[in-house]
Amino acid sequence: MDAAAALPVPVDWHSEAMQRRRRARYAADRRLQIYGMVAVAFALGFLAILVGTLIVSGYKAFVQTVASVELDLSRADIDRANLMEANWRGIVRDGLRAQLGETELSRAEERDYFNVFTSSAPYIVRDRAIADPRLLDGPATFAIPLSDPLDQLAKGEIDRDLPQDRRRVNDAQIGFYDQLAARGLISQPFNWGLFTSNDSRFPELAGLKGAISGSFWALLVCFLISFPVGIAAAIYLEEFAPKNRVTDLIEININNLAAVPSVVFGLLGLAVFLGWFGLPRSAPLVGGMVLSLMTLPTIIIVTRAALKSVPSAIREAAFGIGASKHETIFHHSLPLAMPTILTGTIIGLAQALGETAPLLLIGMNAFITSDPGGLFEASTALPTQIYIWADSPERGFVARTSAAILVLLGFLVVMNTAAILLRHRFERRW
Amino acid sequence: MVGWTFLLLLTAVLVVAIAGAARARRLTAPAGEKVHSRPIYHGLNVAVWTGIPAFVFLLLWLLGQNTVIHQLVLASFPGAELMTSAERSLLISEIRQTAQGSLFREPTPAIVAAADHLRSLQALAGQAMVAVAAALATVGAFLGFRAMRPTFRARHSVERSVTWFMMFSSLVAILTTLGIVLSLLYESWQFFRLVPPQEFLFGLRWEPQIALRADQVAGQGAFGAIPVLWGTAVVAACAMIVAVPVGILSAIYLTEYADERFRAVVKPMLEVLAGIPTVVYGFFAVLTVAPLVRTFGQFVGIDAAPNSALAAGGVMGVMLIPFVSSLSDDAFAAVPRAMRDGSFALGATKGETIRKVLLPAALPGIVGGILLALSRAIGETMIVVMAAGLIAKMTLNPFESVTTVTVQIVTLLIGDTEFDNPKTLAAFALGLLLFGITLGLNLIALRTVRKYREKY
Repeated sequence: MDAAAALPVPVDWHSEAMQRRRRARYAADRRLQIYGMVAVAFALGFLAILVGTLIVSGYKAFVQTVASVELDLSRADIDRANLMEANWRGIVRDGLRAQLGETELSRAEERDYFNVFTSSAPYIVRDRAIADPRLLDGPATFAIPLSDPLDQLAKGEIDRDLPQDRRRVNDAQIGFYDQLAARGLISQPFNWGLFTSNDSRFPELAGLKGAISGSFWALLVCFLISFPVGIAAAIYLEEFAPKNRVTDLIEININNLAAVPSVVFGLLGLAVFLGWFGLPRSAPLVGGMVLSLMTLPTIIIVTRAALKSVPSAIREAAFGIGASKHETIFHHSLPLAMPTILTGTIIGLAQALGETAPLLLIGMNAFITSDPGGLFEASTALPTQIYIWADSPERGFVARTSAAILVLLGFLVVMNTAAILLRHRFERRW
Repeated sequence: MVGWTFLLLLTAVLVVAIAGAARARRLTAPAGEKVHSRPIYHGLNVAVWTGIPAFVFLLLWLLGQNTVIHQLVLASFPGAELMTSAERSLLISEIRQTAQGSLFREPTPAIVAAADHLRSLQALAGQAMVAVAAALATVGAFLGFRAMRPTFRARHSVERSVTWFMMFSSLVAILTTLGIVLSLLYESWQFFRLVPPQEFLFGLRWEPQIALRADQVAGQGAFGAIPVLWGTAVVAACAMIVAVPVGILSAIYLTEYADERFRAVVKPMLEVLAGIPTVVYGFFAVLTVAPLVRTFGQFVGIDAAPNSALAAGGVMGVMLIPFVSSLSDDAFAAVPRAMRDGSFALGATKGETIRKVLLPAALPGIVGGILLALSRAIGETMIVVMAAGLIAKMTLNPFESVTTVTVQIVTLLIGDTEFDNPKTLAAFALGLLLFGITLGLNLIALRTVRKYREKY
């Protein structure tokens, strides 16, 4: 009887209270799951909106509205010995005026009309004529980009229904545009200029050539420094270094460097490379050197992991047939670890390609209208060019910026895909 | 010129290596002995002797050349010894522009003379550099070839050089840290001679727009870092409010609830968020998020600034999601299977196991990850440079515009910089502050993570 009293009251698992309790517990479980789904959906949704916005606002910059204008240069007064000095402005204006037929324009109308075309039209005609003097012999067709506001109008970015004073093209210009369009002179070819021209104050002429080559030179320097130095440091730390306080310090250092804010590397570059060593400002060389210091920890960490994963049997076999330690590493361990190292290096370089802040501090954000001929010449880089364009007030630069970002992301996708393929193709599991 | 010198040196090294190996192949050992090293090592040894001294010399020369030449030009410029360092650097850049022919106004005769002097010195330096490098390479090659004997241990010699190179390489990391610390300390020390440290650390006003030249109209200037730090904290808090819950919840969902295929697809897509360059996030924040925040502010009746802390911080938070998520993922994975199984065996649901067992056990790891993310948020530059404000304000309202440490560093240093006015130097003092804060956070975070790992 005593024993029966000590027994706990049996729980009635099917009672109303217990069922409610169970339902509440399951509901809490489901709630947590739903929160998780919402979190994942939020992150992925943001990614989709980000990429979507960039594509929607950027794809239009991959085409450029041009007017195909026929000019007869043989009738113009041009001194063939001195093409540079001819009155190209007058020639082109006459040619453009002729497009409208007999219509007489007032001063103001004429100004509106010329503003339909890019203000650099004379230089475009001049440069083509210098490149190909046969154009001087008879009528030839020149593709003249429209100025930014008209380009935006053609791409549907400017609403015709707005009152005139609230849009950047006036009714007269729209009239001229429609006239040209009615004669079939307006077309929208692929904008090769985006890749083949340098930066410009005018959105319709601005291109990425200088920025891409600047980024290329900087990445080349970054690779040439960080790849050998990173691998050498990793081999030393992994295979040779004695375990003592100095090597501990080095390791802590490397891990810490990987977490130092990028702008601090820019300060280092500014104070040491520019200030103390007097290297040229805005040069891809300095940019590459700063980026290499940032990539170095990545390469060292990857290389060490890769060397660690090479089985010791291979090392011992090499030692067994009389190889020296150096020979073992350079003939066996390192080649076997190379695919992983290369994968890590490519990923590190992709990070370096997108790095902006340190390049701003060493002056790679200057307005430069020629592409760098070498490592010591001032230039911009892709991310800094994006920054410059994002800061420009002209409407056309919004699309250009998005297009430049798409180009940058394209490079990153290619590099990362290469890294993944490399890993799948060559990586060995022991 | 410089490029050609290096290319020439590289060619010489290659030629010498091949020639050395070819000569070593004809070496005949004395009776009863073997040639110690294979021909390739003899060749490499000669190449090392030829290339390394000349290469090191070229690097050192290039690093020092400009400084020395500028000193020489200034020394012979009339009246230069009375100038301040700012005037000197202005003068030297004017002389350099004149020498390159890119000066827009008419230079004075003294400057033209100095520019001629500069040009002649540069030409002389170029010739001297090539001559000395060539001499070093020749002597090195001669010595290397002379050392080539059958019994010479060329392999050991080469391996020793390689070891030295590796040791030097592993020191680069330390040199970088040293360079960062020393340059920040030096420039900050210059700054603290102009502005007392207590004013910088505890001052409540930040107005760095002071006159660079005597004839400019500008404010008096105030260098109190507190408002800037305040702004940094507000933006970082906005970022963490987005990143921490989303990161942890997505890690929970992906590790505990989602099936393998979903995880295999979604996890790399989340990682893409971390791979997008920050300048892209900055542009997106300006283009899309800031107007959205403004509209939302109008909707709820708050007047939001066009460059609100919320827009910059929120976008930064999204950037940090994968970071928090993968570090929490690691922390969950480190919790032993037995704890999970024990909880299930007691009849707990999955949600209860996660909340009552997994999260507490993984907490130190998660906190470490959050601290690392916080340090990133504080050091993040491009998003705030593009999307946050320039005026330092002490406000807790995330709809207002604030400025951050990194924004101030970049805006103070963009454009031409002179190393002697408080405006430029203030950027280095802020950099030192930033370096100290992030370093402290990183160390605490790493310690937390490591301590926790030892537990199981």
